[in-house]
Amino acid sequence: MKFGVIQFPGSNCDYDCFYALNDVFKVEVEYIWHKQTDIKGYDGIFLPGGFTYGDYLRVGAIARFSPVMSVVIDYAAAGGLVLGICNGFQILTEAGLLPGALMRNNSLHFICKYTYLKVENNQIPHTYSCKSGQVLKVPIAHGDGNYYIDEHGLSLLIKNNQIVLRYCEENGEVTPKANPNGAVDNIAAICNKEGNVLGMMPHPERCVEDCLGSSDGKYIFNSILNFIKNSKVKL
Amino acid sequence: MWLVKIYVTLKKGLLDAQGKATQNALESLGFKEVEEVRMGKYIHIKMKGQNQQMVIQRVEEMGKKLLANPVIEDFTYEVEVLK
Amino acid sequence: MKSFEQEKFWKKWNLTPKEYQKIKEYLQREPNEVELGMYSVMWSEHCSYKNSKPLLKLFPNSAEWVLQGPGENAGIIDIGDDQIIAMKIESHNHPSAIEPFQGAATGIGGIVRDIFAMGARPIALLDSLRFGDFNHPQTQYLYKGVIDGISFYGNCIGVPTVGGETVFSPSYQENILVNVMCVGLARKNDILRAIAKGEGNSVILIGAKTGRDGIGGASFASTELNETSDEDRPAVQIGDPFSEKLLIEACLELRGLDYVVGLQDCGAAGLTSSLCEMASRGDSGLDIELSEVPKREEGMNPFEIMLSESQERMIVVIKKGKEKKIKNIFDKWGLDSAVIGKVTNDGKFTIRDKGEIIADIPAKSLADGVPVCHRKGKRPNILDSVNRLDLSEISQPNDYNQALLQVLGSPNMISKEQIYENYDYMVRNNTVLLPGDDAAILRIKGTKKAIALTTDGNGRYCYLDPLIGGKIAVAEAARNLSCKGSLPRAVTDCLNFGNPEKETIYWQLEESIKGISEACRVLQTPVISGNVSLYNESKGEAIYPTPVIGMVGIIEDYHHICSMAFKNHDDLIVLLGENKEELGGSEYLKVIHHLEKGMPPQIDLLKEQAVQKVCREAIKKELISSAHDCSEGGLAIALAESCIKGKKGAEIDIEGKIRNDALLFGESQSRIILSINPKNLSSLQEIADKYQVPLLLLGYVQGEKLKINRLINIKVSQLEKVWRGTK
Repeated sequence: MKFGVIQFPGSNCDYDCFYALNDVFKVEVEYIWHKQTDIKGYDGIFLPGGFTYGDYLRVGAIARFSPVMSVVIDYAAAGGLVLGICNGFQILTEAGLLPGALMRNNSLHFICKYTYLKVENNQIPHTYSCKSGQVLKVPIAHGDGNYYIDEHGLSLLIKNNQIVLRYCEENGEVTPKANPNGAVDNIAAICNKEGNVLGMMPHPERCVEDCLGSSDGKYIFNSILNFIKNSKVKL
Repeated sequence: MWLVKIYVTLKKGLLDAQGKATQNALESLGFKEVEEVRMGKYIHIKMKGQNQQMVIQRVEEMGKKLLANPVIEDFTYEVEVLK
Repeated sequence: MKSFEQEKFWKKWNLTPKEYQKIKEYLQREPNEVELGMYSVMWSEHCSYKNSKPLLKLFPNSAEWVLQGPGENAGIIDIGDDQIIAMKIESHNHPSAIEPFQGAATGIGGIVRDIFAMGARPIALLDSLRFGDFNHPQTQYLYKGVIDGISFYGNCIGVPTVGGETVFSPSYQENILVNVMCVGLARKNDILRAIAKGEGNSVILIGAKTGRDGIGGASFASTELNETSDEDRPAVQIGDPFSEKLLIEACLELRGLDYVVGLQDCGAAGLTSSLCEMASRGDSGLDIELSEVPKREEGMNPFEIMLSESQERMIVVIKKGKEKKIKNIFDKWGLDSAVIGKVTNDGKFTIRDKGEIIADIPAKSLADGVPVCHRKGKRPNILDSVNRLDLSEISQPNDYNQALLQVLGSPNMISKEQIYENYDYMVRNNTVLLPGDDAAILRIKGTKKAIALTTDGNGRYCYLDPLIGGKIAVAEAARNLSCKGSLPRAVTDCLNFGNPEKETIYWQLEESIKGISEACRVLQTPVISGNVSLYNESKGEAIYPTPVIGMVGIIEDYHHICSMAFKNHDDLIVLLGENKEELGGSEYLKVIHHLEKGMPPQIDLLKEQAVQKVCREAIKKELISSAHDCSEGGLAIALAESCIKGKKGAEIDIEGKIRNDALLFGESQSRIILSINPKNLSSLQEIADKYQVPLLLLGYVQGEKLKINRLINIKVSQLEKVWRGTK
């Protein structure tokens, strides 16, 4: 099993994704430089968090045109497993791999804190080992996590079961109070129709060891690893 | 040489949190006549181009491809000849 | 005619006649304009420490574990396992007062460059902030700007902001303080030095292009702010955290390359300062060609190029012939790099513009040649009355519940969550104790070790008595670390004072430094780096003398740490140390009685050390459930915080030998509140006896209310609302 973590100029959670995969889950992982145009041989590709190109024009807007993205698009189209976290999620929407867009938090402030997430869809590789309705404690750290999609788009997301995680209270109740950034329908993570591409604002790679305050991020990583182990057909 | 002034704003109907905050601030400073504030980006581009029509065509492409995100943003522009 | 012109010039540049004479001596001739400008910035207080140098010598700065003391970009300590910690604190007060967002942002940029210039990966930031009266509209503007600036810059570069302090006091109304501390981690062999040596070696400027920003920032930082300071706005630099992030990664690739001779940040006073310091450290000269400097604007003159404070630039000196290799590294990260000159062995700092020599100065004279000012201090007479506090004239509150809520909800006591939530405090997966406790803790990956970090400094104490205030700043920082189970190891200090040319200010500086030095000696925390920010005054009014102590401590095993939150019902609550009748300089006196007077609490450094030893040993032996420093706001506030954090009540019964308000809100030093499983009490008692530390039983973790004697009886949920500011 081998994973790739893409390094864009300005990525800053690349190291944390690498660390989680390599040191905590003990699987093979390599960095993929943003100028690379060959990503064959990976079981999954991670787009890490950070501030690619300083978020200067619009979050994810410039990184989306990095040479590596054209092959990521092909990789996803071929059914490859992709996970975009935070800035990685933003890049995936800009690249058109996921619908909608991430806008400025409605508080207009960057927010770093632990949130609770309700697993709404456990039928995709990234949540394969989670229970439906399970509550995960995972931190967020973003200034632009306010997920937006128009009503028609939202109805399609619901119809196709593409909403994977929602912000909720500790007891799993999805309430406006639990919504940290103004995201439509408390959306924290969505997948594409096929379910092989997931974008999420919260950072599972930041909570994979008890000493860090939560290890619920393990559910996401273990899901991916278990799915790959158990799937006969290589994606 | 041409000067292109591009304005990128959030689509009408989307909550413009920055605009709202600015509007509140203006009101609290006594500018009661303010009805609406929309915030956006101003992008200033100097570029080559044979004629205005071709410049406009290129600018449209820039806007759609990179400068604005059509899911949430609109853009408008002004083109003038630069001495 | 000529000397008249010169006089106008050196006066304009804040040089004294004596300094001008000295320059002529060094050069053996009259300086030209560019040279005079360079001396002016390098000999400003900000770059030369000419007013504080004789006092800074008092600091202890060596120990077995200190690998680098003051004099480099940052200090370094050995933490074992072939690893080192680099750290430094720096002020960005003046720029932040003029433009809070960019001032704070570029303050971070600068200190972070100091750390990776040493070859260390920046792993943590802390901000020690002081603002004016909380309710003043100007304060709100500055406060929001500074926090947004820190958030903008620190988050983008991927260095977690894990701690700091925010204090409001009218004393800082016109002169806010923005002190930023950065901590870095490296392997011992990766340490780089900011040195230029080896004749013929190449000097390369990397990072951003040079523009007209920040010209004269260093001298700007060394004068008082006045009404026209707002018009000095162009002197403020603009930060580009994206470039900084690339610069960090690119420069860290220089580690371990045998052809890299030295690496230096290009900070205050721009190329002038960075280049002459590198040459001076290496006993070398430099020959620099300005036409090779990549410029952002056309038509910049030599003077502007040499003094530009454009951000996100570094200087690297490499062995000749390796220029292409360096260029490849910086090309990969999309950064400019240009060979701008070479190292010479004549000790001269020679600057050319298209070959023509425009400045030719002995490098050492510029870097270290300033005539030091030996000044005399004088205790301000006003302290005679300020220090007098007759407690019999202070009425005790009728309703202690109300008083507690009032103190707890005051701007300096409330939770700082609304501030630190703006900062990414988790990136890099090391933060094992999150902000909001006595200190932040970061584990060191690949080992069991962790480091604990804090900043402390109480301007009011220092105003009332700078000697005691200086000692307390160090003692409290150390106590914060010890409370978390960490052994205090080293200090970086930022000395924020008024105009040292005034006798009373100089006295404050001198006394504070004496206090800090004594405490650092006793607590074995040498000062390994630091920064001095003087002239923090306007309209003749100086800020409270505010030395800020940044401290690092080591934890051998990060499983042995202790947070402040009460953990278990029926745990015993005990106090290490003694409650004394001390109310001088307290938050209580300020919030409830609107008084800032009296003497600060007394401090006995040996007792302090003993209390801390007991706490550390008890944590290491896993005897206790929680530990919390008892300081500003006193016992009642400390208990309230432990209750709120643990969402548990406490029932406290203390024999009252002193006034009730002094018991609840007095700020006696050397006290730590512990909670402990009753079965461990005898073991704790043994340790306390060993170090002759008084141990006082206060009560139990119990119920949902905080009850103290018959004075306090409040639901923890109500305390929490007030503390979080959501009442």
